[in-house]
Amino acid sequence: MLGLDLPTVWLFVIGLTFTVYFFLDGFTFGTGLLQPFIARNERERRAMIGTVGPFWAANEVWIILGAGAIFAAFPLWYGTLMTSLYPAFTLILLSLIGRGVAFEYRAEVDNRRWRLFWDVTAFICNLLPAFLWGYILANMVRGLPIGASGRYEGGVSDTLSLFTVLGGLASLGMFVLHGATFALLRLDTGGPLYARARRAALSWGAVATVLVLGFVYLGFVGEGLFATPGLSEWLFPVGAALNLALIWLALTWRRDGLAFFATGLTLAFSTATVFVSLFPNVLPSTLGAAYNLTLANSASEPYTLRLLSYASLIFLPLIVGYQGWNFWVFRQRVSSRDDAEQTGELVYGQEGGHAGGNHTASGH
Amino acid sequence: MNDIFGFSALDLSRFQFATTSIFHYFFVPFTVGFSLIVATLQTIAYRTKDPQIENLTRFFGHLFFINFAVGVVTGIVQEFQFGMNWQGFSNFVGNIFGVPLALEVLMAFFLESTFLGLWWFGRGKIPRWATLASIWIVALGTSISAYWIIIANAWMQHPVGFEIKGGRAVLTDFWAVMTNPKALEWFAHIWTGSVTVGAFFVLAVSAYHLRRGHQVQAFRTSFRVAALAAALGSLGVVLAGHEQGQSAVRDQPMKYAAFSALWNTPEGDSMPESLVALPSNALRENRFEITVPYVGSFLAFNNFHEKAKGLNELQAEYEAKYGPGNYVPYVWPVYWAFRVMVGLGGVMLLVSLWTLWQWRRGKEAQLGLLYPVLLAMPLAPHLANFSGWIATEMGRQPWIVQGLLRTSDAVSSLNPLWVLLSLAAFWAIYLLLLGLDFYLLTKTARAGMHEPEVQAPSIPAPHYLPGGTD
Repeated sequence: MLGLDLPTVWLFVIGLTFTVYFFLDGFTFGTGLLQPFIARNERERRAMIGTVGPFWAANEVWIILGAGAIFAAFPLWYGTLMTSLYPAFTLILLSLIGRGVAFEYRAEVDNRRWRLFWDVTAFICNLLPAFLWGYILANMVRGLPIGASGRYEGGVSDTLSLFTVLGGLASLGMFVLHGATFALLRLDTGGPLYARARRAALSWGAVATVLVLGFVYLGFVGEGLFATPGLSEWLFPVGAALNLALIWLALTWRRDGLAFFATGLTLAFSTATVFVSLFPNVLPSTLGAAYNLTLANSASEPYTLRLLSYASLIFLPLIVGYQGWNFWVFRQRVSSRDDAEQTGELVYGQEGGHAGGNHTASGH
Repeated sequence: MNDIFGFSALDLSRFQFATTSIFHYFFVPFTVGFSLIVATLQTIAYRTKDPQIENLTRFFGHLFFINFAVGVVTGIVQEFQFGMNWQGFSNFVGNIFGVPLALEVLMAFFLESTFLGLWWFGRGKIPRWATLASIWIVALGTSISAYWIIIANAWMQHPVGFEIKGGRAVLTDFWAVMTNPKALEWFAHIWTGSVTVGAFFVLAVSAYHLRRGHQVQAFRTSFRVAALAAALGSLGVVLAGHEQGQSAVRDQPMKYAAFSALWNTPEGDSMPESLVALPSNALRENRFEITVPYVGSFLAFNNFHEKAKGLNELQAEYEAKYGPGNYVPYVWPVYWAFRVMVGLGGVMLLVSLWTLWQWRRGKEAQLGLLYPVLLAMPLAPHLANFSGWIATEMGRQPWIVQGLLRTSDAVSSLNPLWVLLSLAAFWAIYLLLLGLDFYLLTKTARAGMHEPEVQAPSIPAPHYLPGGTD
């Protein structure tokens, strides 16, 4: 197609899909993780959930697309990656289940302990994948003990190292920061919740900077990774560093949109670094280069890749279009203040009919 | 690979896949069928501008949301498991199987998850017609999703449009995969089956409130929509199921013979149908059996002389073709699951006709003996689905892809301890979800309709500020 090497195109598409996924689901993880620290009563907790309420389900679909694309375009990569990191993927699946159900069920019963149960569930289920995605990507670039025909020859301990754990912490820090800047865009600017989200963004900006730069440094110096071909060697990590500086500046200048854009860009650069540094492998083996999964030895046949390309060219623009429209429809900021219900907006209520404005539901 | 408590990674992975699939399939057909009914109600509300019907739509929409959540999140597990537990399978079929899966995401999942939110939260923010369009798009998305996943599953039962190259099945003709005759029959069967799942649920809820005299005009509307859907769905699922049985005789004879507990090809001039049997794989015959002459030939071939091959003959044929091994599935559960499914199909058809008759008499609120029957009926299509999948998936063992790949060659090289732990975790969480879903559905269904501003949205509605973006 257009003279391009189809497996390379598909590595790019998969990298892009993961980037979009981390950008979108990243702020869902982040707002969820910040919630117990910055929301101090029921109304504020609901406001934090409301910042992602109409979006999270469609955001999550990007990982289903990312996984499906690996399955179809690189079947050997798919099975090998998921089998090798079986415990991590199991925890991610269980977490995505818990988080989704927490979103939907939390408001179904008007009871403080019921809501507490779902808040705790949501926190754990945001924490685990936020860490595990970084850990998985770090393992992907570092390589796994893979033998002949993609057979995993190691144990869990082979996937744990300072580098992979730092990768997890870096993604965790970045997602929290990204969630904080997203909350700044979504929350009513006059409320105390907004002020707390801003302080959280500033302090998490510092934490995330240390973690991401530490991860990049360790990757370069300690592991000798990211040795990508040509000029791009320094481009992505340096870009990420500059971006972290930009985030901090944007926050100090009180430019919320710029800050969110910059945290998103940092995530994009980090994800791109991982996928670019894989090339021309898709999953290196630590047992010898002969066992590396490469673009060539794990890709599907050209006929399959062409079909996937045509389908993506038709449907991806449509998806971006209607998902963008969805963000536009629900662009209004979310209020966390007590006078909100007097605007006549839909207020949650179930038992007794109108618990939404019920002050007994508040923690304070 | 070593075992744990006598179970290999293969045993545990099979059990885990069965668990997660069966559980997921309690929610999926519900979503497919129920979304169509909610969209129909929304259309009636749009045309009549009747606030009661609008309210009714919200009420059923809330129930839909409760169920949808679990369906979506358990679906992610289905996709990932192919890589996690079935590395050999993913590598063997990825070229083909991955395509419908990717298309399902591109064409259905994004639609469903985006437009459901727009439908539910978008009122007052988007035009009325767009609200109506949104729920129809959700309904369409669920059906598109069902089509693609059935294409993928049918390929495993009846592979078409491929060649074997370098130890993998590679795609040669996607049109052949898309129009796999097996898949089209199958889609008709599971789609109409899904309609019955949604319909009998709405019937039960409507009957409950009609009996209590709640919002009679509104619930009579949902009762009638659901009664029609139940009758058409039951009729369709029975007819499509019959077609499928007839094609199984031709292209999966071993499975058909297991459905019928037919060990030896019948000797007479026609094939009897087994009514009751106690099949034994050890003895390679039935310990006990009651049969009806001629009916078997008629059901399988529409005549009174053709005969299907028995399990023992097929085993000999397969050994000659594929080499030594056991090619006979475990007959006992296949035979009985098949019979439970067929019996429930009949029950659903009869009950839906009975319901139509009560409607014709104008007795939707005084159903008499039909009332307790309708309250129990939501379970029937679920049980039928459960047993149908057991019959069809166990009936094709030892193959994971019919004639091409054995289940035992498809499993990942995993430490069985990890599989045991994940299996235990899925069981624990899924049982909890099943309990919560059942509790919330019955609680919300019984609470009935509230005024529009009080009818609870299941995701807490954000409190938007009036006016622009700031």
